[in-house]
Amino acid sequence: MLTTVFYILSALTLATAFLTILTKNPIHSAIYLVICFFTIAGHYLMFNAQFLAVVHIIVYSGAIMILLLFTIMLMNLNKEDEPNKRGLTIIAAVASFCLVCFVLLAAFLKSMPIIEEYYVSGEDYQSIKILGQVLLDEKEGFMVPFEFASVLLLVSMIGAVLLSKKEEKISV
Amino acid sequence: MDSTIIIEKGIFIVIIFAITMLMAMYSTLAERKVAAWLQDRIGPNRAGKGGILQPLADGLKLFSKEEFLPDTPNKFLFVVGPAVSMSVALMTSAVIPWGDKLHLFGRDIILQATDIDVAILYVFGVLSVGVYGIMIGGWASNNKFSLMSAMRAASQMISYEVAMGLSIIALIMMTGTLSLREISLQQSGMNWNIFYQPLGFIIFLVCSFAETNRTPFDLAECEAELIGGYHTEYSSMRMGFYLFAEYASMFISSTILAVLYLGAYNYPGMAWAVENWGVNIANVIGIFVLFGKICFFIFFFMWVRWTIPRFRYDQLMRLGWQMLIPLAIANIVITGVVILLFDS
Repeated sequence: MLTTVFYILSALTLATAFLTILTKNPIHSAIYLVICFFTIAGHYLMFNAQFLAVVHIIVYSGAIMILLLFTIMLMNLNKEDEPNKRGLTIIAAVASFCLVCFVLLAAFLKSMPIIEEYYVSGEDYQSIKILGQVLLDEKEGFMVPFEFASVLLLVSMIGAVLLSKKEEKISV
Repeated sequence: MDSTIIIEKGIFIVIIFAITMLMAMYSTLAERKVAAWLQDRIGPNRAGKGGILQPLADGLKLFSKEEFLPDTPNKFLFVVGPAVSMSVALMTSAVIPWGDKLHLFGRDIILQATDIDVAILYVFGVLSVGVYGIMIGGWASNNKFSLMSAMRAASQMISYEVAMGLSIIALIMMTGTLSLREISLQQSGMNWNIFYQPLGFIIFLVCSFAETNRTPFDLAECEAELIGGYHTEYSSMRMGFYLFAEYASMFISSTILAVLYLGAYNYPGMAWAVENWGVNIANVIGIFVLFGKICFFIFFFMWVRWTIPRFRYDQLMRLGWQMLIPLAIANIVITGVVILLFDS
């Protein structure tokens, strides 16, 4: 039963991911990406990681993709508006894509199947209490990296505010 | 998982679905009756006794109207929009505890479709996805007015989501859990959260008005500037779905308000009732008490709609970003300090 669900979810994930790159209409591809995020949340649920699944939906589908849709809808992207891409950029893009493919292929070939070693321990790994202890415990947890990540977010937020301020000065 | 649980939950979900639909249906009538009462009119009174069949007549009328598809290149998305709105409005009820438990057929039946660890986050996730119904519908209408008003509605919803989330954080710091069942169990007797979090309650209340796109925040439907809102191009039952989704989400918001702040199904003397009258009677009273609180909030939504005029768009954004969010953050700090001082 669970295997069937996994196959259906994976097929959906892959199909929507490919459709995201292959569709011409930017809004359609954004909507495919949203569906893709939902199926990924489904994968998290199959790991029994409820918190991760819900936060994934809130952050990616609920916030980031909506802002992206906003920009695409308001920008009115047409074929004519697209800047002409020079040959060099295309070559660079293809080359970097091939490099990424090479790295991924190497990683997959070198990786060892460790799925036999998993076992059900009955321990609680996913509830919010455990996650909070792991993230915010001072001695054994990841408190310092966690706080650094939040500082990073704060910096980017201040940067965004500064950018909008600067534009205001020029326009006035 | 044995099959009895599946059957039990299945029946329960069907009942919840039916009740949500019924409440949304009769909210439309109640809205017109309340408006009539506030404006010293009689209101609809022709269909059935005192207008009791008016929602059915409205539904019949919507079904029999011509379904018009505008000349848009995105016919599929045009159909998907209202469907997303409607299904999202109905999804939240899965995590709401409608009562404590009933003792029937020799087993305890918990009156909740599912008790997940992250219930509040689930509610927020569903809320944030609800924006898609409006945005996709407004964009697929291929009409600039629809698009602009969809943008308005969506940006309003995502701005007020922030303040709503922040006001909830203070509550979570106090209760120490995200499960709605545990939160309602903690509020037994008169131990309601509204007495501990009055500021949080007010912020949450204002934000739920904005989230359901109700007056004074119904800028999406500003007739003077934007024709009829994001559903301008919709007709027949598709428009009915959008309007119906608004009433369904109003019911759900009222339920969440009642569960989080007004003690859910708890009423003073519930423990006494359980001891003397048995679990079943006490909990049936509890369900009715919860529905009483929900009806009060639905009435409050309508009361405000016919009392307070609509905000201007910049006023709305200023209220959200410059007043509610700092207030919510101050509330978090105050709650933290109080917990540190008095709980340790």
